[in-house]
Amino acid sequence: MTLSKINSIDFGLLSPSMVKSLATVRIVTSDLYDADGYPVDGGAMDPRMGVVDPGLRCRTCGSTIGDCVGHFGYVELARPVIHVMYTKQIYQLLKASCSKCGHILHRNPISLDQVAKAPMRKCTHCDKQQGKVTFAKPYTYYLGKEELNPMQIREWFERVKGEDLQKIGFRGGRPEWLTLTLFPIPPVTMRPSITLETGERSEDDLTHKLVDIVRINQSLKENIDIGAPEFILNDLWELLQYHVATYFDNELTGIPQARHRSGRPLKGIIQRLKAKEGRIRGNLLGKRVNYSSRTVISPDPTLSINEVGIPAVEVARELTIPETITTLNAKNIKELIKDGRVNYITRPDGRKIKVTDENRKDIITNLAIGWSVDRQLKDGDVVLFNRQPSLHRVSIMVHRVKVMPYRTFRMNPSVCAPYNADFDGDEMNIHALQSEEAQVEASMLMEVKNNIISPRFGGPLVGLDLDHISGLFLLTSKETVLGRKETAELFSRAAIDIELPDKDTFTGKDIVSLLLPKKLNMYFKANACKECDKCLKDECKHDMWVSIKDGVLKTGVLDTRAAGAFKGKMLNKIRRLVADDELKNFIDRLGRLGVSYLMMRGFSIGISDLDVPTRIENIISEEIQTSMKDADKLVIKFNEDKLKVLPGMTPEDSLETQILSTLAEGLNTVSEIMIKNIRPSDILVMSQSGAKGSNINTTQMSACVGSETILGKRIQRGYLGRTTTHFKVGDLSAATRGFVARGFKQGLTPFEFFWNVMNGREGLMDKSLRTRKSGYMQRRLMNSLQDLKVCGDMSVRDSNGNIIQFFVGDDGIDPSKSDWGKLNWIDFVEHG
Amino acid sequence: MSLKGDCINILEHVLVPKFRVLSDEEKARLLEKLKTTKEKLPKILQVDPIVTNIEAKKGDILEIKRKSEVAGEYVYYRLVV
Repeated sequence: MTLSKINSIDFGLLSPSMVKSLATVRIVTSDLYDADGYPVDGGAMDPRMGVVDPGLRCRTCGSTIGDCVGHFGYVELARPVIHVMYTKQIYQLLKASCSKCGHILHRNPISLDQVAKAPMRKCTHCDKQQGKVTFAKPYTYYLGKEELNPMQIREWFERVKGEDLQKIGFRGGRPEWLTLTLFPIPPVTMRPSITLETGERSEDDLTHKLVDIVRINQSLKENIDIGAPEFILNDLWELLQYHVATYFDNELTGIPQARHRSGRPLKGIIQRLKAKEGRIRGNLLGKRVNYSSRTVISPDPTLSINEVGIPAVEVARELTIPETITTLNAKNIKELIKDGRVNYITRPDGRKIKVTDENRKDIITNLAIGWSVDRQLKDGDVVLFNRQPSLHRVSIMVHRVKVMPYRTFRMNPSVCAPYNADFDGDEMNIHALQSEEAQVEASMLMEVKNNIISPRFGGPLVGLDLDHISGLFLLTSKETVLGRKETAELFSRAAIDIELPDKDTFTGKDIVSLLLPKKLNMYFKANACKECDKCLKDECKHDMWVSIKDGVLKTGVLDTRAAGAFKGKMLNKIRRLVADDELKNFIDRLGRLGVSYLMMRGFSIGISDLDVPTRIENIISEEIQTSMKDADKLVIKFNEDKLKVLPGMTPEDSLETQILSTLAEGLNTVSEIMIKNIRPSDILVMSQSGAKGSNINTTQMSACVGSETILGKRIQRGYLGRTTTHFKVGDLSAATRGFVARGFKQGLTPFEFFWNVMNGREGLMDKSLRTRKSGYMQRRLMNSLQDLKVCGDMSVRDSNGNIIQFFVGDDGIDPSKSDWGKLNWIDFVEHG
Repeated sequence: MSLKGDCINILEHVLVPKFRVLSDEEKARLLEKLKTTKEKLPKILQVDPIVTNIEAKKGDILEIKRKSEVAGEYVYYRLVV
């Protein structure tokens, strides 16, 4: 194939002579078919305009359906009509040129816009005083009070000189071509009729419209010929204009839509192209594919992160992968055909045969090297797994097939993070790759195990979450000691095949150490770290200093900081020590171990977990009361004009800000007291380990929800000077402005409940509005950055060779090999 | 037109990196090193306050030494247009 460069494209108006030369046939009758059902010559379905029926040959080019691209026809309009797509240009030109001689009404014309904005009142050429041109949508023009008909407009434009047009930048043809005299009839191939089951023919919307145009045109012509009175001609002319207008655009404002017999609006040419399902967005930019499948997803922690469970009957049997028969696989494939695992076979001549129970035996005997078969999916096949919106590259990754019963796609919950998936009804797509090359390329670039570490921020995208973390946290905490039998059972539940050391008791740390790579050395604070003033490191009494020496967990608990998605330091480190495969296995096994331990131990929460001793309860309620009183004091100070006004704020704003921070401080103290005094429970396990929830959540449940806000302020809306009619006008105290002084456990008062819901609604609105706005911003950024690349000299250049950066990121750091974008020199030097 | 002396010298501001106009020889060496032409370099407008301040001309290449948290200092080049 040779490529040549396009030098220029000219867009212009279609001239009448062009219409005529493009056309192969002149359309003269509104009849489509004769009594025998054959298309009428000179009708809108004239067979010389192309073929749409299989088996027939085109009468113009002799090709069959599919090869014949179709040929235009034309209609000679009895009187010209306005082209509705050019109404604005016509209006501008009418304003910009003399109504008598066609001269441009400007001494120094530069552009049509400029002249049309401020034309001269009097023509310099012929001294004609200019009337005011007005335009009434959709296609009527007036000169003064007189209506201008298309014929007059056409004659007017004919008087405009070519050199004048050049001066105002009117290019692409003569202005009189803005009105239509010869009307092109598009080929039948772009408006094929469909034959219904009943044998009835159903015509395309455009054909209906064309028939209307031809019919009215014919009757107009006849009436002109017999010398009918002017008002009849004008009515017909107006009707012709209407049909031509709605043929182009059936959503014009100011005129009723042209409708089908059923009442459905007809589709004009504009409607074919426009909007989401139009030609541009729906067909040219949007593609559909075969060999894909979509269903609901559900979790299965026993699967590897690299696997995806495929429904055996509904998906695995339908999706196929082509495989060419060679001497090496011939026996295997025959076996597959016998088992009904092959859907189609393709002979070298390209014929495709469906494998059925009847022809199975024949096919097996005839099978030869070089044939190819469409084999059903089986375990280990390479498929793409995708969840929309595909916002980043890890929204579509390669997984290995695991054929399973039931009808959902199954995935390891650890890969939810990159896809941003959950199991509340989410659906995902898979695509079976159709060539060996594609499979190999995709698995090298896109397999989950190769994408665990994000090149965006230099940390793991895939890691443990929720129950995995809770389980791991409990397993590695100090108290956990298991007997040999229990340990064996734990590993068996987790389906981990491992040689147990010769010991009778195992601590949780011993157990986890069995999975750690022997080369692993690292030291860090756990997520649950209390942030003491002086860190005792190895001697930490909370066991929060994680120290791993040569793959043995000496001290510390493993939690989200160690193995969590986005945060797991250990995963990042291990990635540098071992192959991708081993990291994948590590995540798989650690996750299964965590969940298995959690199931052995049991894990549950209840309302009583939120109980605190009465003494503490009293302290807390006192604390809440004080902070509310503090807020009230601020209000009193404000009323006495003694309140400190903050820089850049009105007194009212300063009051609000100070009240909000006072209340927030109060809540903080409550939270601290709460966390110190709540009894250890699985709620705390979750929030401390980073599995789910936080101290704030716990406080809100057990003690105090705090101040509800709208747009960052206390609740202001409602009535004049008060939030509801139950309060005094101008009351600014905490209790009337959205402060919730109770926890969810105690229950909220009706007012508090209402404020809480107001806040909840704001959150919901915010979320949906934010995602839309940020989505568009991100799209624009991506489009402008998409073809930047790092060159051999480490410079960043775009596709035109323009230099964007002289050294990648200005520091040359590959984030995927960094620790969250930072170089950890000490770690590199000491431990490699 | 220079604003020198009329107000504070922006070149001395802490947030403004160090600018220097390259000599013809340095220019040639830079383009040779990058195997590129002048037009492919990032650009800076002739009317930019920095450009007017150091009195660089159209077609000059500015060397900018910026501070970086990770890399210490990095060098950037911009063509005056």
